[in-house]
Amino acid sequence: MTKLVLDIKHLEKKFGELKATDDLSLDLKAGEIHAVIGPNGAGKSTLIKQICGELTPDSGSVEFLGEDVTNLDVAQRANLGLGRTFQISSLIMEYSALRNVMLAVQSVQGSSYRFFQAIARDYKQRDAAMECLTQVGLQDRANICAAQLSHGERRQLEIAVVLALKPKAFLLDEPMAGMGPEGSKRLTEFLDTLRHQSPILMVEHDMDAVFSLADRISVLVYGKIIMTGSVEQVRNDPLVREAYLGEQ
Amino acid sequence: MMLSVNREQKLNISFIALLFILPAVALSMDEPFYITLMTKVVILAMAGVGLNLALGLGGLISFGHAAFFGIGGYAAGILATHYMNDELLFSAFGYEYFGTDNMLAIWFAAMFVGAIAAIIIGYFSLRTKGVYFIMITLAFAQMIYYFAIAWPTYGGEDGLSIYVRNNLFDLNTLDPIIFYGICLSLLLLVTFLVSTLRNSHFGSALQAARQNEQRLASVGIRPFGIQLTAFVISAMATALAGALFADLNRFVSPDMLSWHTSGEIMIFVILGGVGRLFGPILGAAMFIVFEYYLGGITEHWGLFLGIALLAVVLFARGGIVGVIAGEVKHD
Repeated sequence: MTKLVLDIKHLEKKFGELKATDDLSLDLKAGEIHAVIGPNGAGKSTLIKQICGELTPDSGSVEFLGEDVTNLDVAQRANLGLGRTFQISSLIMEYSALRNVMLAVQSVQGSSYRFFQAIARDYKQRDAAMECLTQVGLQDRANICAAQLSHGERRQLEIAVVLALKPKAFLLDEPMAGMGPEGSKRLTEFLDTLRHQSPILMVEHDMDAVFSLADRISVLVYGKIIMTGSVEQVRNDPLVREAYLGEQ
Repeated sequence: MMLSVNREQKLNISFIALLFILPAVALSMDEPFYITLMTKVVILAMAGVGLNLALGLGGLISFGHAAFFGIGGYAAGILATHYMNDELLFSAFGYEYFGTDNMLAIWFAAMFVGAIAAIIIGYFSLRTKGVYFIMITLAFAQMIYYFAIAWPTYGGEDGLSIYVRNNLFDLNTLDPIIFYGICLSLLLLVTFLVSTLRNSHFGSALQAARQNEQRLASVGIRPFGIQLTAFVISAMATALAGALFADLNRFVSPDMLSWHTSGEIMIFVILGGVGRLFGPILGAAMFIVFEYYLGGITEHWGLFLGIALLAVVLFARGGIVGVIAGEVKHD
């Protein structure tokens, strides 16, 4: 049996009377890309937030690398190696692209309580960050302030930041959101190579990307996973077609 | 490596020059009053530089920094009073402590007590955000203010007088220019430290926390610890300023702890430029100029200060430094 990287068991989250997450169980195995799809309002964001620690579930548990992380906060889970990107780019807007990535490198270095060394002279940090920017193709935009980057570039920067964390699992919240067709294609190719580094759990609307990347797909409807299976299984499942894909 | 100097640095350098030249002029003209006035600027500026670390870099809008300013003042006042009266302050580990008139020891004590207070206040306040943070820091400061008023041992409402200025090495600290020199040296040292912090790894995380806490946490750095550390360092600088202020006036009173003082320190920062290294120094200078010169003309000088503050908030968010030197640049 392949080792489980993420193991989510019987997660429940209610907002008032609304069950946003309803007895949800899900896992992520080493080396795979597991995509979660579902119509709007299915509870995908709520799920991501509970996995990364922004929301605490009412019941159920999240295990990461065999450790129960249900009661850990966002930073603690990130330190254990859970690398998360945001659906809407969440960057340090006044910082350059490079400085945004350097912040992630700094976290891995554990150097956030160094008070006297000028960050401009930490070439190790700078080089490591530059490498991540190069991987996503942003090396020429390194010194541009995040606020001045285009939407697509910010998406790339999100990925560069998470790469710098050298995570043991990637948690990608709609990485393709708002990307043009060309950008989506390139990102799809890039994510395909990334799975060899660490497994990816992603929520995504772009079906082309999902069908070409995912090893497994889970379909989320009204906070419940109605099925998990291979691309073929999901594509041909009548329930899924009805609930989500529509009769095409 | 080429040493390039931007406009803000030029402004800072000329401002440092002024801090040296003006008192020298006053000294040559035998006008000790102006030296004392400038000493006041320098000390208040230090309180502002302290607050600026929390407010400007960390985005922590503390409306309670008077607590640290006053605590520093009382630390100086209490230690000096016990020393002069030869009264026991406390005894521990078989030793008895009678206070001190040594400035170094007083500064250390002021910063230490300020830090302890900041750890407690920060620990609770940093659990809140925005307006709640402002109100809870204010509430803590007011608690300390009323405590000082109600504490008869150290003068209560009347405050506490220090009859002789405290000592540093063999300097004649009562000589205005000497005391000015001490205060200016400390201000430059504190400003240099804040500048170093700003450019450090810690500073990077702190400024990131101001802009996007969610991002900082998701890369694995807890905003709380970073912010609390900044809050404590900020309080220590302000407490040091408080100790000097007590020594300047040779008097401490609950006034130093009142919310007016918190507001004034905040005004230095906003007038001069939030997050700008020399902003609070410029702001404090402007405040004193308003208070002294306009205050000599009309007792309603606060009105003009208010108009100046409004103008800055509405039209020049970067304060005076921002107007002269343009926006902040990160590399």
